[in-house]
Amino acid sequence: MAAISLKVNGHLHAVDIDPSTPLLYVLSDDLQLRGPKFGCGLAQCGACTVMIKGRAVRSCVMPVSAVKEQEVTTLEGLGTPEKPHAIQQAFVDEGAAQCGFCLSGVILTAKALLDENPKASDDQMRAALSNVLCRCFTHTRMMRAIRRYQRSRA
Amino acid sequence: MNREISRRDFVKASGALVVCFSAASLIEPLIEPFALAQGPFDTHSSHVDPEKLDSWLAVASDGTVTAYTGKCDFGQGMYTVQTQLVAEELCVPIAKVKLIQCDTSVTPDQGTTSGSQSTPTNFNTRNLAQAAATAREALVTMAAQKLGVPADRLTIENGVVSSNSGGRVTYGELIGGKHFDLTVNASAKRRSPDQWKVLGKPLPSMDQLALMTGTFEFVHNVHAPGMVHGRVLRPPDTAATVANVDEKSVQHIPGLIKVVVRKNFVGVVAEKQWQAAQAAKDLMVEWKPGPGLPAQKDFYDSMRKQPSRDLMLVNSNDVENKLKSAAQVLKATYSHPYQAHGSIGSSCAVADVQADHATVWSATQSVYPTQHGVAALTSLPLDSVRVIFVRGSGCYGLNAADTVSYDAALLSQAVHRPVRVQLTRQEEFISENYGSACVIEQQVGLDANGAIEVWDCETWTASFGGRPGYDKPGNVITGMLAGFDPETITPRTAVEPTGELRNGNNAVPSYVVGCISGKCGGAGSIRSERVLTHAVKSPFFTGPLRSPVRLQNTFAHECFMDEICAYVKADPVAYRLQHLRETQIIDVVKAAAKAARWDARPSPKRGIARTATGIVTGRGISCVAYEGDNGYAALVAEVEVNQASGQVQATRFVVAHDCGPISNPEGLRNQIEGGVLQGMSRALGEEITWDDRKVTSTDWRTYHTLSLGTQVPAIDIVLMDRPAAQATGAGETAITLVAAAIGNAIFDATGARVREVPFIPDRVKAALFRRA
Repeated sequence: MAAISLKVNGHLHAVDIDPSTPLLYVLSDDLQLRGPKFGCGLAQCGACTVMIKGRAVRSCVMPVSAVKEQEVTTLEGLGTPEKPHAIQQAFVDEGAAQCGFCLSGVILTAKALLDENPKASDDQMRAALSNVLCRCFTHTRMMRAIRRYQRSRA
Repeated sequence: MNREISRRDFVKASGALVVCFSAASLIEPLIEPFALAQGPFDTHSSHVDPEKLDSWLAVASDGTVTAYTGKCDFGQGMYTVQTQLVAEELCVPIAKVKLIQCDTSVTPDQGTTSGSQSTPTNFNTRNLAQAAATAREALVTMAAQKLGVPADRLTIENGVVSSNSGGRVTYGELIGGKHFDLTVNASAKRRSPDQWKVLGKPLPSMDQLALMTGTFEFVHNVHAPGMVHGRVLRPPDTAATVANVDEKSVQHIPGLIKVVVRKNFVGVVAEKQWQAAQAAKDLMVEWKPGPGLPAQKDFYDSMRKQPSRDLMLVNSNDVENKLKSAAQVLKATYSHPYQAHGSIGSSCAVADVQADHATVWSATQSVYPTQHGVAALTSLPLDSVRVIFVRGSGCYGLNAADTVSYDAALLSQAVHRPVRVQLTRQEEFISENYGSACVIEQQVGLDANGAIEVWDCETWTASFGGRPGYDKPGNVITGMLAGFDPETITPRTAVEPTGELRNGNNAVPSYVVGCISGKCGGAGSIRSERVLTHAVKSPFFTGPLRSPVRLQNTFAHECFMDEICAYVKADPVAYRLQHLRETQIIDVVKAAAKAARWDARPSPKRGIARTATGIVTGRGISCVAYEGDNGYAALVAEVEVNQASGQVQATRFVVAHDCGPISNPEGLRNQIEGGVLQGMSRALGEEITWDDRKVTSTDWRTYHTLSLGTQVPAIDIVLMDRPAAQATGAGETAITLVAAAIGNAIFDATGARVREVPFIPDRVKAALFRRA
């Protein structure tokens, strides 16, 4: 066990935890956040995605000790139900969910790509999403939502 | 004018003209964060009596309507559409409706939310819909009495009943906080689709904002006070048994609370999830292996040699003679693998089992059956077990949600604390009840004109375990490991069919008349018919997976139909229509062909070179009367086939879909779009694999689903609205058609027939190599 401080969605947290614990378990168990979720624990599906330094990161395979002082942003840190982020609003506008369990991976991966490359082509979007899974297969609506968000930033 | 309202007038109120005025606010959804207040297909009696109106509905003094349903939302939209239903029948805005889903303490026992049965069960003239209609009529009667005005001079708007002479009274004033004390009235009049203001409208799913902002509570997010974490250890093969568990091997794990062993069930509990994971990894368990698995490469052949439980679904008793005298006989055999539900989130449950009561938070489709299962596993009285549904990751059928609920209950009982269990990805893949492997043998006889005269079909379905229902906890792996027997196959020969045609599994092709003792329930016109099914013992647990066995059978029927069309050089649409007689299926076939601008000609395309390696295109069609009468759809698929690599790319899907009156076209489209793409993933890549001892497809590298990076086809949907028909299911119809339509399009493009799912590149290349 070790005292670890963690900045998540603008708030500083202190947790006493085994430093090898995956970041995901700290976020979901200790901080009781609902955005990042355990899907596979193998970095194969994306459900646990968070953003660190503008990059989409798989929190299920990242030890909490590796985060250090970098700020972590989860899906609920992006916007709120009262004030959703533009990409979240684009997903609402397109009705781009069924069960919705995969959304951290989909939304944060797309946001990280478009932050870095606002003019990303469809091929670049698909490449970025090629390790993100949605088993309800809401693919068509999700791609439409991402393009809607992209247009809204232009 | 104060007129005394007679008893007769009250009774007449049920036939009164009640107008619910249109109001835009009726469909304005709640914008505040969404919080979940939180086999048997019919509604069962329980302590929540489904005959009583108060079991389904309560009106508070502020006019809020709380509705209780035993059909829950997994992402297929049942929350939103049931809210619409209640709002519609009671003429209140949807923001005034609060829906409580699937909780054994408060909701009626509606068995399992599955089988495309939620809409038929709750949206026709029984259960939730009928309760809401009963409540509206009761409120009108009360208002008539209170206002002293006959019911036919009353209107309802947003939960307020007004008379044409200026009187008004709210629902809250009429009944607020009090019981109706009425039975559900079977003759209460439902509002008809031409009156609908809320139902039938494309209302976005009410959970969207919470989902998109990561604030929705899944069962994975439940935190019970004092909760600790469990993990389970599954046997390497289903039939392995525990020889020894070395508890000392995990004594070094900090936070370890207990190693739990019950017969062959093994688990650990620790303070933290990571500690439990470490303990599960380090715990030394010696397993006595089972007898091993049959070789996968010969599995389909071996299925046909097993002792089987047989069912004759139709038999005109002239099939052999007709085949002998036919101008031409065609035969083909199709096979379909085991597939996984593969929920994106591995299954999770939280249980709090104390000495005299238990609470389980579960994503099960079956809260009441799960209550029975947990009571059996914990030896607690049934009444002291409460199962509360909290949504999980999309399940698509019997994933591991039931079994992990048992896991959590067993571990919690052992430590007397609330325990959360989430399976690992690998455990999810070996813990769930797979969609069955099937083999289907087809044979038809053609007459001199090339029409089908006789259709003979024989199917083999591998089966073991299944839904636990109310009395078979052994039907999922945890129940079996803890000592309960799974349902297995008792061999039995078929008897001649009696009663009505049962086509729940779509084993009977759409093209036969389906006659039993002169009563014909089939969708087609072929009079000589025989359909014989065999259930054989599966080496793996099986259970319903979206369009269970219906998809497998439809793949075989619709591909075989296409083979017949090709043999007689007929257009696949025209030849299907020639053999169909039921209006609904004929209409969807025509509508899909029209929307797709179907190129009427025989398949395959002309001029296909046997040795070609380039990219070619083709189109195929398939159609189904789902479960015989629970929805109708046709699908045209357009594909590109890379003949060098064997890669198949679907470029366009056109779906025509008929589910009777459409309750929410937005939700329906989402289901169809997701259904056809899930069907495409299952058709092109998904297959459970195994070696001589164990399943080898246990993660997303070895079980092949299509990622979000996949280029998906354009999807065009034609919704047939039939307001006068009964409402049918809609979640499983479109997916049923995909493997067949793609297979037929591959044939059209290349002249090569692939009779085994999935259409992986090697299998397609082998078919290309064999093509004539």
